[in-house]
Amino acid sequence: MASLRGLVPDTTPTPAVLQISAWRRLKDQMATAFAVSTVVIVLTPLVAIFGYLVFKGIGSVNLAFLTQIPKPPGEVGGGMANAIGGSILILAIASLLGVPLGIGAGIYLAEYGRNRFGDTIRFVSDVLNGVPSIVIGIVAYAIVVLRQKHFSALAGGVALSIMMVPTITRTTEEMLLLVPNVLREAAYGLGVSRWRTTLSIVLRTATSGIITGVMLAFARVAGETAPLLFTAFGNQYWNWKLYQPTAALPLQIFTYAISPYDDWHRQAWAGALVLIVLIVSAVSAVRYVVRRGTLGGVA
Amino acid sequence: MGVGIQVENVNAWYGKSQALHDINLKIEANHATALIGPSGCGKSTFIRCLNRMHETTPDARVEGRVKIGDLDAYNGTSPTQLRRRIGMVFQKPNPFPTMSIYDNVAAGLKLNGYRDRKNLDEIVEGSLKSSALWEEVKDTIHKKSGASLSGGQQQRLCIARALAVAPEVLLMDEPCSALDPISTGKIEELIFELKAQYTIVIVTHNMQQAARVAEYTGFFLLGRLIEYDKTEKIFTNPSDKRTEDYITGRFG
Repeated sequence: MASLRGLVPDTTPTPAVLQISAWRRLKDQMATAFAVSTVVIVLTPLVAIFGYLVFKGIGSVNLAFLTQIPKPPGEVGGGMANAIGGSILILAIASLLGVPLGIGAGIYLAEYGRNRFGDTIRFVSDVLNGVPSIVIGIVAYAIVVLRQKHFSALAGGVALSIMMVPTITRTTEEMLLLVPNVLREAAYGLGVSRWRTTLSIVLRTATSGIITGVMLAFARVAGETAPLLFTAFGNQYWNWKLYQPTAALPLQIFTYAISPYDDWHRQAWAGALVLIVLIVSAVSAVRYVVRRGTLGGVA
Repeated sequence: MGVGIQVENVNAWYGKSQALHDINLKIEANHATALIGPSGCGKSTFIRCLNRMHETTPDARVEGRVKIGDLDAYNGTSPTQLRRRIGMVFQKPNPFPTMSIYDNVAAGLKLNGYRDRKNLDEIVEGSLKSSALWEEVKDTIHKKSGASLSGGQQQRLCIARALAVAPEVLLMDEPCSALDPISTGKIEELIFELKAQYTIVIVTHNMQQAARVAEYTGFFLLGRLIEYDKTEKIFTNPSDKRTEDYITGRFG
C-alpha cells in the first residue's frame, strides 16, 4: 500500500522498488536544469541585442538627436527628430486603418464565420501573413503611390496596415473563440441582441488577449523598413502632411547605416536604440492602461 | 407577476436528430414546475425552446406553439423581446468576468439601453436582496468582479441578474448541479420565495430537489414527455410504469 506510506507508522523496511528516490531526484534536477537553460538560451540574443544597441547607441542619443533634423551629408551633428515624428505619423495611420479592420474581420470569423466564406478568409489571411514585406510595399506603391503620383506617409501607413491585419484578425478570432459560450448565452438570456452581446460581452471579455495581438502586430510593423522604401520614401525635413514623402526611423537607420560617414553610422545606432525604446514604451503604456481598466482578480 | 406557459405540439431538432417529440403541457403561473429525466432526455432542450435559446445552436430547429402568458413566443415576437420576459439561470454559474457585481446585475438593463442611474441602484439592490446575496456582497458590489465570488454566490448573482430585468418566468437549468449542499439549500429556499412573484421551471437531476421545491413535475424520456402531474402524484403514485421505474431508481 504505497499510498498509505507516511500516514501510518511503517515498521517494515522500504521495498526495493521504492528506493529509487536518488535517481528520481537526479532526473528531476536534470529536467529543471534543461528548462532553465532553454530560457537562458532564448533570452540571450534579446539581452545581447539590447545591450549592444545601448553600448553603440547611447553615446549619440542626446537632445540634438531627439530634436533636430539631419544635417547635410558629411556635416557632423543633427538628429532624427523628423524620422521619429514620421514613424509616429505612419504608425498612427497604420493602426487607425489596420486595427479596426483586423478586429472587425476577427469578430466576423469568430462569431459568424463558420462557413466556406470564413474558411476562405482564414486561408487568405494566413497567406497574407507569409507574404514578404517588400511585396506588400509594392502593392501599396501600386494602389496609393502610382495613383497619387508621389510618395506619401499615407502610402507607408497603408503598407504597414496591410501587414498588421492578418495578425490582428487571427489573434482576435482565437481570443473570441476562447470566450466561453455560456457567457453569450447568459447575455442572450437577458434579451440582449446578438451584436450587443458580441461588442459588450464577448469583445470585452477577450480584450486583454486582443490587445496582446494588436501590440504584437504593432511592434512587428514598427521596425519594418522594406515596405516603406517606395511608399513613405523618406525625407530629410519635417513633414506632417499625409500626402508628402515622410521620414521614418527604420528608413533613416537604413540610409545612415549604408552611408560612408562615421557620424551617420553612430546616429544609425542611436536611431535603432530609440526605435526599440519607443516600441517597448508604447507596448508597456498600452498594457498599463488596459490593466488599470480591468477589475482586480481577473484578466 | 408570473404568467402561465402553454406548450402545444413542440418538436425540436439538432440537425437531423429529433430531440423533442410532440410536447404538450401547461405550466401554472406562480408555481414551480420541475422537469426530471435521465441525461439526454430532452428536458434542457425543452426549456431552451421556451425562451428560444434552442435556435442559437447551429442547425437547431423548433416547431410548434409556445405561449408565455398571452405572448406567442414563435409568432410575431422577436427572440430578444421574448427573452426580456423570461429569466434564465444556467447549469454552471456564468457571471460576466469583466464586470463588477453591480454591473453583472445591471447588465440586462444597461445592455438594453436603460440609463436611469438612481433607479438602477435600487433595482440592483432589490435583485441582490431577492437572491439573498445582498448581505454578503453589499460593501464590494463596485469593487469586486462577479467572478471573484464563490460558486454558490456566483449562482445567486446569476439569479439576481436574471431577476433585475423583471421577468415573468424564471427558467433554471440544473441550477444546483455545480454547487455544494449548503449552497444548494440556499438556492432551494430562494426558489420557494421567488414562486410568489415568478413562474419557475426548473430542470433537475436530483429527484429529492424536485420533490422539495416543485408543485408540478414532468418526467421526460427519450425526447417525450411521459408524465406530467402534481409532484406528489408523480412521486407517490405515478400512472406510467416508466415514471415509476425512473423514480425508484430502476433505470436512468
